[in-house]
Amino acid sequence: AWNCEEMSNSRPEHVAPPEIYYGETEAKKYAQNSRILTVQSQLSERAVDLLGLPDRQCMVLDLGCGSGLSGDVISERGHLWIGCDVAPAMLGIALEREAEGDLLLHDMGSGIPFRNAVFDGCISISALQWLCNADKKGQVPFKRLMRLFESLYKCMIRGARAVFQFYPENPQQMEMISSAAMRSGFGGGILVDYPNSTKAKKYYLILFAGVPQSQCVSMMPAPLTEGMSVEDGAAANRRKVAILVEPPTADAKASRGKKKCKILTNAKGVDWILKKKDRMRLQGKKVARDSKYTGRKRKAKF
Amino acid sequence: MKLLTHNMLQCTVKGVKNGYPLKIEAVEFEDKEAEFNPDFLRHVFPKIDWPALRDAAETLGYSELPPQVDEAMLEDDEFLRKFHHALMEIHLEEGTLVCPETGRRFPVNKGIPNMLLNEDEI
Repeated sequence: AWNCEEMSNSRPEHVAPPEIYYGETEAKKYAQNSRILTVQSQLSERAVDLLGLPDRQCMVLDLGCGSGLSGDVISERGHLWIGCDVAPAMLGIALEREAEGDLLLHDMGSGIPFRNAVFDGCISISALQWLCNADKKGQVPFKRLMRLFESLYKCMIRGARAVFQFYPENPQQMEMISSAAMRSGFGGGILVDYPNSTKAKKYYLILFAGVPQSQCVSMMPAPLTEGMSVEDGAAANRRKVAILVEPPTADAKASRGKKKCKILTNAKGVDWILKKKDRMRLQGKKVARDSKYTGRKRKAKF
Repeated sequence: MKLLTHNMLQCTVKGVKNGYPLKIEAVEFEDKEAEFNPDFLRHVFPKIDWPALRDAAETLGYSELPPQVDEAMLEDDEFLRKFHHALMEIHLEEGTLVCPETGRRFPVNKGIPNMLLNEDEI
């Protein structure tokens, strides 16, 4: 769990492994800092909303549950939860706070230790980025992500969703995470709330278990936006600000060479430009807004 | 830890084919009252491994669960109460969970099972 929006500070996952970083002192700080509490609850509320749980008591898995703040939100909605965390000090605080769910001391990078098809949903608040770092010799981030997603896929009910709010460090990390998720059988994509704000911008990886990617596209929720005009919002919705995870095709590699030739001969179309602009926006770069002139051919002047 | 959680947990040590159900060695357990929700029980029933639940409840001193169950029994209030008690109210506080295949031991302290694996077990 990571909260400091000031990018100048070093990211905590670079400082030490989570079970060490969140020792007694940091865990206490976490439980008392009111700003952290507000931000974490807001993120949890949004994540549980995105889960779209059915209108009955459900079983939810909370990965990186920490002191049980996100669990409180699940309990308030009347659902049951089981929380996993790798930091004993954080679980200690969850016990002190008398969190309602059952707790597990467990590293999600080693796979989820549950039976098949038992959870109606899964949330994870500010935890996934910790898996992108190798803390011990021999740890390979991609393998740990694969282990997480493969085991998670099995223990979720078909049609259930997993929502991971996380702080990606760079586009490569996002790509690594989405590619591990889709290789494990999930469909879905990354949703960006407040994509135009540096501070409020939040990333949610939304995964659907057992739903074909073609259906996931229409099921992706719309992002929250602020200060966007209604038209801009609608346009963004149509094109889905979220980049969607596409399953790799067997001949993707083979056709890569061909595509290059095609691009060289043909002009890049409007779709290509819009896609590229989305990608750049996601990377936090300044991009001109889309209009009817985007990608339009210039008139021959002479 | 509720027996509901125990009923879902399994051992995932590398190479284990059937790490379920985890055997309970109880040192301390207690009853904590939980809200009775028949709808949830009916919904969760098909997902429960009944022999595992019954064995676990018996280990923790509750032997009221019938050996054979079917969907029709979910209409019976008395059965639902017993099911609810075993599933939601009996908590394992101190003890050990033991993998049936490898004998790998997972300690439970203050109701929290330690499921951390060593590098060579992943």
